[in-house]
Amino acid sequence: MSDKLLMKGNEVIGEAAIIAGCRHYFGYPITPQNEIPAYMAARMPEVGGVFVQAESEVAAINMVLGAAAAGARVMTSSSSPGISLKQEGISYLSACELPAVIVNMMRGGPGLGNIAGAQGDYFQATKGGGHGDYRLIVLAPATVQEMADYTVQAFDLADKYRTVVMILGDGHIGQMSEPLVLPKPTGKTFDKSAWSLTGAKGRDQHIVRSLLLYPEDELEKLNIRLQEKYKLITKNEILYKTYMTDDADYLLIGFGMCSRLARGACDVLRKKGLKAGMFRPVTLWPFPSAELAKAAAGKKKILVIEMNAGQMIEDVNLAIGCSIPVDFVGRMGGMVPELETIVERVETYVK
Amino acid sequence: MSSNTRIKEQLIMKRPDSMFEMKNHYCPGCGHGIIHNMLGECIDELGVQENTILVAPVGCAVMAFLYFKMDGCEAPHGRVPAVATGIKRVHPDKIVLAYQGDGDLLAIGMAETIHAANRGENITVIFVNNANYGMTGGQMAPTTLPGQRTKTTPKGRNTSTEGFPIKACELINTLEAPVFIERCSVHNVPNIRKTKRALKKALENQIEKRGYSFVEVLSMCPTNWGMQPVDGTKWLEESMIPAFPLGNFRDRGAE
Repeated sequence: MSDKLLMKGNEVIGEAAIIAGCRHYFGYPITPQNEIPAYMAARMPEVGGVFVQAESEVAAINMVLGAAAAGARVMTSSSSPGISLKQEGISYLSACELPAVIVNMMRGGPGLGNIAGAQGDYFQATKGGGHGDYRLIVLAPATVQEMADYTVQAFDLADKYRTVVMILGDGHIGQMSEPLVLPKPTGKTFDKSAWSLTGAKGRDQHIVRSLLLYPEDELEKLNIRLQEKYKLITKNEILYKTYMTDDADYLLIGFGMCSRLARGACDVLRKKGLKAGMFRPVTLWPFPSAELAKAAAGKKKILVIEMNAGQMIEDVNLAIGCSIPVDFVGRMGGMVPELETIVERVETYVK
Repeated sequence: MSSNTRIKEQLIMKRPDSMFEMKNHYCPGCGHGIIHNMLGECIDELGVQENTILVAPVGCAVMAFLYFKMDGCEAPHGRVPAVATGIKRVHPDKIVLAYQGDGDLLAIGMAETIHAANRGENITVIFVNNANYGMTGGQMAPTTLPGQRTKTTPKGRNTSTEGFPIKACELINTLEAPVFIERCSVHNVPNIRKTKRALKKALENQIEKRGYSFVEVLSMCPTNWGMQPVDGTKWLEESMIPAFPLGNFRDRGAE
């Protein structure tokens, strides 16, 4: 008897959050992630959890802030325009060092854009979409199975570092159904009693705040602490995957959905006698820079594949120190690069 | 002098036990200190200090939690009711206070205000209305009176382009869910006492899980009104109360 299920990506995120012990979800409708709030609305009452449909994405992220401050495992989800609205709260959550999981099922942008899957929010997710010096841990799943696994992992990472973790998917992976095995709870527990708001009974008051008026004594100290935390995360938590990179002449790089394209292109190119391999960052922040530099060493050319105008290229070039020519295949506005285009582009490198 | 001629001391007023001994950072004649004190007294009398979480706004009361021996949370500007909702949904048995000013509650946070009230969140909202943005130096607020001069209405609020004061209690009174809505003032002692009674009822409603309570408190801001503290109380009485009539709008807790 197999434990394999066939589930839609967005619903898997909901179930995985519940497996991870999330009992508070606050959200606002936006396509293409509507299955997440719908799933939570139905499922949360069954497990004694709380679902609130907020009046806006702004309200939802601030409910997340309150619930996180109160010590709960909490999640919200949205898609690109809605994630833009949440940036204020994400900056505050980061400053207050509150753990939270935020899902972005990216759609075509900028502006209202469209409801097709896209990857145009790479900069926003990895470079800090809100104000101030902060970072998010950004996980980019490529399969429905990974949506489940990384969502469970995201809650542990958020609690371990008291930081915001973003699941950066896209409309395609959110809408597609694939077989998966639901993960087990990790069993990790995190003591929040030193800072969470539970009522000052038999202890000094706890305050969750980010207004720190004294530059040297308060706010710079917070910033130094945050930067030290981000260094630790960079040291400990980088995730990436490779496919046939060792003997490759050409290195294809893509995250999320585009890594599936890159992998498919490698297979086609290998059959044609061209040695192509794939490098796939799983944590977009922290970016696997050293790992990529190692994988890229000695390659003739790098091809980055994205569903945007080439946002990750900057991190690729920083990682390899511009030592290898980097080419790009991408589509925008909710379009997906075609496998043939990728294959043909690599074929031009040998002509 | 012999010891039996000493006058017997009687304590008639003291700092509430739920409040820290600290220097008041508010301006002379400001109403926040009085409202904090009344709130502290209510918390003492109800014995809920160890069970209460205060959510502070962006505005003059941004550090309100520093006055109280209770857990405190900051909210982004206008988001107090959303943050309070998040806390309350995690801790339904804790007392969650949302303390807000007029810009916070009625301008940038209007959506959060209305929807938390409409959901009937079992929280207590304390709305301090002083007819201007105090912390940023006295700009027009949604509650600024017609003709009132502020930093951003230098010739007085022009109702043809800047609209009219928004009446929070009346607005919230159009919703089904709230159980308690009252407008009070702290410009004199009888009204301070009424304010305390309203705050206590609003807290009792939450303790008894009756639902959403809203207490608006008209409060002085003589610094930004450009007057002496004593003139501030007079201006509140003569100008603000006619625009914002005092009284109870709803008390389902009593039913």
